Amino acid sequence: MSEMCRRDPRREWIARNRLHPEHSSVLATLGSIGGGAASEWPGPNGVLRRNPHGMGFIGPNGIKRIDRSGAQQGGQVPGRGRQAALATRRRVEIPEPAFLVVVVPERVGGRLSSHDKDLLGLARRLADADPERPGAVLAVVFGEHKEERLGEAGIDRLLHLRDDAYNGFAPEPRLAALTAVERELAPRHWLLPDSPLGGADLGRRLAVRLGERPATGVWQIEADVEAPLGWRCTTRGAAESLDIRRPLPRVALALAECAEPVDETRHAAEPLALAIEPPVTLSRIEDLGQVAVDPAGVALAEAEFILSAGNGVKDWEGFHHAARVLGATEGASRVAVDDGYMARDRQVGASGTWVTARVYLAVGISGAIQHLQGIQSCDKVVAINLDPGCDMIKRADLAVIGEAAEILAALVAKVEQQRGGQRDAA
Amino acid sequence: MRPEQQVIEMVVLVSVGRHPITGRARRSDQDARGLELALGLEQQLPGSWISLLHAGPRSEASESALRGYLGMAAGAGMASGADQGLQSLMLLEQPEGADAISALAEHLAEAMPQLVITGTRAERGEGSGLLPYALAERLGWPLVNGLAAVEKVENGMATLLQALPRGQRRRLQVRLPAIISVDAAAPAARQSAFGPARRGKLEATPVAAELDQELTEWQMTPARKRPKRLKIIKAASARDRFKAAAAKAEGGSGQVLEGVSSEQGADAIFTLLNEEGVLRR
Repeated sequence: MSEMCRRDPRREWIARNRLHPEHSSVLATLGSIGGGAASEWPGPNGVLRRNPHGMGFIGPNGIKRIDRSGAQQGGQVPGRGRQAALATRRRVEIPEPAFLVVVVPERVGGRLSSHDKDLLGLARRLADADPERPGAVLAVVFGEHKEERLGEAGIDRLLHLRDDAYNGFAPEPRLAALTAVERELAPRHWLLPDSPLGGADLGRRLAVRLGERPATGVWQIEADVEAPLGWRCTTRGAAESLDIRRPLPRVALALAECAEPVDETRHAAEPLALAIEPPVTLSRIEDLGQVAVDPAGVALAEAEFILSAGNGVKDWEGFHHAARVLGATEGASRVAVDDGYMARDRQVGASGTWVTARVYLAVGISGAIQHLQGIQSCDKVVAINLDPGCDMIKRADLAVIGEAAEILAALVAKVEQQRGGQRDAA
Repeated sequence: MRPEQQVIEMVVLVSVGRHPITGRARRSDQDARGLELALGLEQQLPGSWISLLHAGPRSEASESALRGYLGMAAGAGMASGADQGLQSLMLLEQPEGADAISALAEHLAEAMPQLVITGTRAERGEGSGLLPYALAERLGWPLVNGLAAVEKVENGMATLLQALPRGQRRRLQVRLPAIISVDAAAPAARQSAFGPARRGKLEATPVAAELDQELTEWQMTPARKRPKRLKIIKAASARDRFKAAAAKAEGGSGQVLEGVSSEQGADAIFTLLNEEGVLRR
């Protein structure tokens, strides 16, 4: 409740009318709400008096800021802007959808990827085309999920299938589950990401099983009354050298950036369950798990987990040891490369490699703008640094202020201890 | 080495590719990688044989492209002393625009190979990458996509390495007969030798063809460049717009641990790494 901003029109009117007898007292109370003492008031002779010390607010770095645009009043609570942005999203509920659009997101690491969000944006376009009879977007999610903001991505209904059989490479059980969805809910559209991790494979299997001819590599759709489903799509064919315009079929595999992600509405993401559990099928393909790949051999641009060193690293032996134990690919800032501690092909940043790691652990890197550009598309950035005011700390999702060598050594000890414990238990 | 050798029969489905710059017919990159994989497997399991299969029209351009595959297999059969298969390519002759799936499925059902190797997508036509899936569904065989290597074949089971994004690999076991498709992660194809390519035979068999009616109704144009996505800033005031335009990348709600011992700091990092699942057990 205290977050809510209440206006008092009468007081505002008194504050504007400097001939009002209560003018100065009202101004004083208004000022105290805004930021300390009143900064402007009319003097006894009708001259406007200013108190320059009463203006502005103390910024996050302890420096006084004066904002004359009037947009920001008083010290802003960090994170308030984001909350306000969330609150402004329009809440949409579709209790009785006219039809269903099913999306099977790929979810790298349990979260919706940007490709998934684009796909959900496309699904919303299909679902909301007719405002009188809106459809609902159903997301089918296999295994664990960590995403909390499913509603904000545009999901109305959520079918979460938790069975262990769906983990790993399990196209046959997943296909059985999707055919069960088809039988029970008979959705109008099926949308899958045309990405190597899951969507491209599963979508084609599904289309063949349903006897549909899917559109693959869809990157644009437009309404068309003559098409059977009311849409036409443009797809990429023949090794990216051809644009094919065709009516949108029931099953579509879309490329990244096929539509804008949802950013104005918030949806219910209501859990849904199938009446009949999908049958457990005997899979002819057995997943024996991931193979340990030498992380040093993985190209920096496509490494998943990077341990990166900068000027703050003094103990290079310890750093290399940590990279080996953590199973991380090594990266470096420009300074470390220039000083000859790391090879040139390990440099991260504008003049080196633009990395796409899911987790980027920056050790002793203060975060030059060129370096921050290079890690733009990293999901989680962890920083270990001595200087709490550096740019890398501002970018990082988790920052630890301290001596890099000690923290790395403690981390290595922890990982080794956990592994040792597991080996004993086994 | 065990006295009895496992011998398997492989069919590599090959197609006519398209050079990305000149647009000329060539051997398709992914199919050539598939053949390379098969040749590697043949060395692993001496006595196995490979046959090449293509369905499509016969023309001068496509013939020279298909001979490119024959040139790759030069000398590959000599190690085992086998003289069949590698010197010829089975061509199921069909007119342009005909549906290849039924012809291939019928041929494979008859030949019953243990392993069918194909590329992921064709470089001409629709290029939807649907063919291996349609074949697997017709024949009822399991299919594995995105293969990097075949590790071993034993007792009717094949152990495969599947390529994942980010250079990762996954080990799978699949019951034969199976269809496997390869993409750019598979070993790069060797050069094609000109002489053996010329000497190789194309065994053409005309097959019944049904025209792909749907394909003729679609509009096909050379790909135009996809529009670059604009950064749309929805801000009420000029100040917000300026801030959004000038902002550095920010991590949102970053947690900063200051004044903690190195053990506590390591603990926090360890928890995060575990949550993300990047630490291998």
